[in-house]
Amino acid sequence: MTPVQPIEAVFALFAAIGRLAIAALGGIGRVTIFAITTIVRALLPPYYPARLFAQLGNLGWLSLPVVGLTAIFTGAALAQQTFTAGSRFNATSTVPAIVVLGMVRELGPVLVGLMVAGRVSSAMAAELGTMRVTEQLDAMTTLRTDPYRYLIAPRLFASVIALPALVLIANVIGILGGYLISVYKLGFNAVGYLSVSRRYLETGDLAMALVKAGVFGFFIALMGCYHGFRTQGGAAGVGRSTTNAVVSTFVLILLSNFLITVIAFG
Amino acid sequence: MTTPKIVLTDIAKAFGPHRVLDGVDLAIERGESLTIIGQSGSGKSVMLKCILGLIQPDRGSIRVDGEEMLGLKGRELDRARAKFGMLFQSGALFDSLPVWRNVTFALTQGRTIETARMRKIAQENLERVGLDATVLDLKPIELSGGMQKRVALARAIAPRPEIIFFDEPTTGLDPIRADVINALIVELVEDLGVTALTITHDMASARKIAHRVAMLYEGRIIWNGARDRLHDSGNPYVDQFVQGRAEGPIG
Repeated sequence: MTPVQPIEAVFALFAAIGRLAIAALGGIGRVTIFAITTIVRALLPPYYPARLFAQLGNLGWLSLPVVGLTAIFTGAALAQQTFTAGSRFNATSTVPAIVVLGMVRELGPVLVGLMVAGRVSSAMAAELGTMRVTEQLDAMTTLRTDPYRYLIAPRLFASVIALPALVLIANVIGILGGYLISVYKLGFNAVGYLSVSRRYLETGDLAMALVKAGVFGFFIALMGCYHGFRTQGGAAGVGRSTTNAVVSTFVLILLSNFLITVIAFG
Repeated sequence: MTTPKIVLTDIAKAFGPHRVLDGVDLAIERGESLTIIGQSGSGKSVMLKCILGLIQPDRGSIRVDGEEMLGLKGRELDRARAKFGMLFQSGALFDSLPVWRNVTFALTQGRTIETARMRKIAQENLERVGLDATVLDLKPIELSGGMQKRVALARAIAPRPEIIFFDEPTTGLDPIRADVINALIVELVEDLGVTALTITHDMASARKIAHRVAMLYEGRIIWNGARDRLHDSGNPYVDQFVQGRAEGPIG
């Protein structure tokens, strides 16, 4: 074995960093082109309203149970935590305010985004990936139908529409969860709790929650479709695409949530 | 002399360092049934996908009815593609849609329109490939492999394309079912007057459906001639392939 020169090791390190950077930039470029292609083609006919409604049903309606469950338990736990922590320095009256702000500004959008990402990004990547490896996507193109318009655009738009609605519902259910535990376990006055909640909630908070939800919805469908569409290599390839879709959606949701929050409050 | 239906000139395509197609020249006459033979992985499917615009070749020219296909975009590409139908190796039926919507997919572009008329069209095309109305509402997964292939064939011919590509039409079928598909292809070429391009390594199939046979080897067409000359081609590569010998110039 030849000894490795120190200078070569340094070069190898830089080369590795360079390769990673090029791969990352290439990935961002490909995703951007994919998104722009989808939006541009979706603007031209033929349109597929029936596909959009089918996706809204699948993505929005069928996500309600998981979103509702997440929200009610999170709201209730948040109220209990705030009460316990607040009781150490006589600040238990902050419970309604913290529940409402925490749910609407942060936990509602992020938790709904992550739950729906787990449910929907993975399913999109698996379905489109299977269609890719079984040549169904190629077949569609030869049958005079554009997969971007028929498959991807309805998913993308349905996701951007459904997520804000789901987040609104999650916020209401989350506040309800906090209300239930505060009133029936922690001894808050029912009317007082609601009026405090109402007072602390500002239109701006709600608007930010909906903006976040729309952005998360965009990433959920975009990553699911992008990874599914690019699938290569049979069943193992479909598995890889599904994993990549979920992981990349999670990262994008957490990152964009941070950026939007910092921009809005920074 | 009339222009050939399809003319490929110097088509090349590499995936990374691997040169799959390396200067393919080929002309297919109107109404002709040409079969491309060659080993698995010799780039036959890539060649078809280049013509369909599913894969972009690195260089060369593809003319259909004298019109250059490469570089077409948007509506122009859609219009040019409408001349083609393709039977995929695996069938590639849409598993979420019933048989009748699969068959009429190109006509509706995937929309649910004119249901009654579309079902009738689906039934006519299914009858042409020897299936009856009982399969109309079944999902592809409920059909046997041979039936799926026939449905895929009905789907490819439903919009009455001028050119049909068959990608390994008999692979995965028993010899009897394979012969049924071969007979259907011959019938379609004769009845509908389509130009057919078939890729296969099934010699029985090539002998039955082809007017002319071409062999793809190492990214080029190394031989082409009438079907009857397949057995005295004078080309050692073709001989080895046709006779299915392990020994010979093809390693």
